[in-house]
Amino acid sequence: MTQLNEAVIEDKLIFEASDFTRKSSSLAPDIDVDTVAKSLPEHLLRKSDLQLPQVGELQVVRHYTSLSQKNFSIDTHFYPLGSCTMKYNPRACNTLAQLPGFAGRHPMAHSSMSQGIMSCLYDLQNMLMEATGMKQVSLTPMAGAQGEFAGVAMIRAYHDHNKDDARTEIIVPDAAHGTNPATAVMCGYKVKELSTNDQGDVDIEALKAMIGPQTAGIMLTNPSTLGVFERKIKQIADMIHEVGGLLYYDGANLNAILGKVKPGDMGFDVIHMNLHKTFSTPHGGGGPGAGPVGVSGRLQPFLPVPMVALKDGQYYWLTEDELSLSIGHLSAWMGNAGILLRAYIYALLLGREGMQRVAEFATLNANYLLQRFADAGFEIAFPERRASHEFILTLRKEAKQYGTNAMDFAKRLLDYGFHAPTTYFPLLVPECFLMEPTETEAKTDLDGFVKAMELILEEAKESPEVLKQAPYTLPVRRLDDVKAARELDLNYYQSHAE
Amino acid sequence: MSDIPQELKYTKSHEWVRVEEDGTLTVGITEHAQGLLGDMVFVELPEVGESYEAGQDCAVVESVKAASDIYCPVEGEVVEVNEELEDAPEQINVNAYHEGWIFRINPSNPDDVDNLMNADDYTALVEAEEH
Repeated sequence: MTQLNEAVIEDKLIFEASDFTRKSSSLAPDIDVDTVAKSLPEHLLRKSDLQLPQVGELQVVRHYTSLSQKNFSIDTHFYPLGSCTMKYNPRACNTLAQLPGFAGRHPMAHSSMSQGIMSCLYDLQNMLMEATGMKQVSLTPMAGAQGEFAGVAMIRAYHDHNKDDARTEIIVPDAAHGTNPATAVMCGYKVKELSTNDQGDVDIEALKAMIGPQTAGIMLTNPSTLGVFERKIKQIADMIHEVGGLLYYDGANLNAILGKVKPGDMGFDVIHMNLHKTFSTPHGGGGPGAGPVGVSGRLQPFLPVPMVALKDGQYYWLTEDELSLSIGHLSAWMGNAGILLRAYIYALLLGREGMQRVAEFATLNANYLLQRFADAGFEIAFPERRASHEFILTLRKEAKQYGTNAMDFAKRLLDYGFHAPTTYFPLLVPECFLMEPTETEAKTDLDGFVKAMELILEEAKESPEVLKQAPYTLPVRRLDDVKAARELDLNYYQSHAE
Repeated sequence: MSDIPQELKYTKSHEWVRVEEDGTLTVGITEHAQGLLGDMVFVELPEVGESYEAGQDCAVVESVKAASDIYCPVEGEVVEVNEELEDAPEQINVNAYHEGWIFRINPSNPDDVDNLMNADDYTALVEAEEH
């Protein structure tokens, strides 16, 4: 096995497979390049050689096919990465979103020639409004982070419009995703960190002490990143609204409540949804995404444009011409149309009833897994709370007794054919494993995962070194992440090969 | 149990504070905190001459696991920063209480330091967090 590994590690970059004696006559232009080059202005002429790999078509195909075979994805492995909702995305969503009529549409095509796709987007706006209980939805943000930015930008626009410029603070719980405080700062706000109590709820007394006329709003994820539902959400909403602030809902964990509870009913004024997580787009590689925003009545005038509207049986683009207070455009066109279409098809396939089953099975799977881990002797971070769609193990006992920390368990899981759960997030829980099985895993796969963890626990007791050196079976072994972070080196230079 | 020197003062957010002879305060993060964060890869230092309130975030330490704010323990003005950390952030891991110091402040009110935790209180805090 070791030998095999070494062979794989020595996989060449496509540049290193290059052979400069290789020629392609069929691709060469049928002109005298030197003569043509003389007719071009001097400053436009390339001074150095073009750095392109000299490889044949079959080599290119093999190179990229080989890379793709190294993918660790939901199509090949169980992927319980907490807070990421790595669920199976039905093939139908992908196939239908790529119908030639959708894929071939030019983004500048007139709306009279785009009624089909506009009707899909219009229906999607409505479905998302109904699923979240918000007054209106704009589909244009092209990622979760952009949706967050749009959301807080609307909060800012609302206060600015009311000439309420004393509101300079956004409250963010200490368990929040790092994007929340980053978004607040991007929108010019000061971040106030709110503590969490030992049951995973936000500390109401601490909240009381920090709200006032300076409060622009609060950003919450519910269920939170701790995998538990914020039980005092109505009280929090009332407290924030009473002092004139607004509530932002981070849709990262929407999968847990789909069709069951609506953020609008909880009192939220603005919400973003990660359609690429919850609504059927394979993700995890940095995009593409879609982060639509939904708002309550008071933020409606500030929504980003364009949106699709319907008048006299015709769909048309709602722009800043009609919405003068809009925070504006977030992308060149209407957002990531392909992702939006997948979401539309997914929602149609599920139907209203199916959407509820998403939340039910996601929660059932999480609670089943939690119970199995508790029975296997692992420590649950919040044993008294029912899990939402995800839950946290703390491996602090194993770290202390056997010297095997969460990272060692995570790396060893890879050898057993499982993607590791989220590690060391949220930071509040020491040596944590944040696990989200999602609704699409079968019981047998969950059982297999528990079995692997039991075996690794045995290994930790008997021979902890095995964990410390893992993984053994992947294309690359344990990386030196300290060196990688301190001496970042991502570029390939020709001279390396020579 | 990690090393918690008796002569230092501590904060709930795991900074240590040493009162220097000239009345300035040297600040760093505790042995316990660096152990939790793991290998340091980057430190963002405060600006010399900037003033901070007690509890205000004024520096950032970034490890392989997470980026973490460092809070100013008492109100004061930054008079010196440990520039060596820019090239050698691992000094915080190697010796959190000496080479790993982060910045020095001139406190607005010298008595403020009395409000910080002593070594015994901090030991109790760390023990409580571990259980």
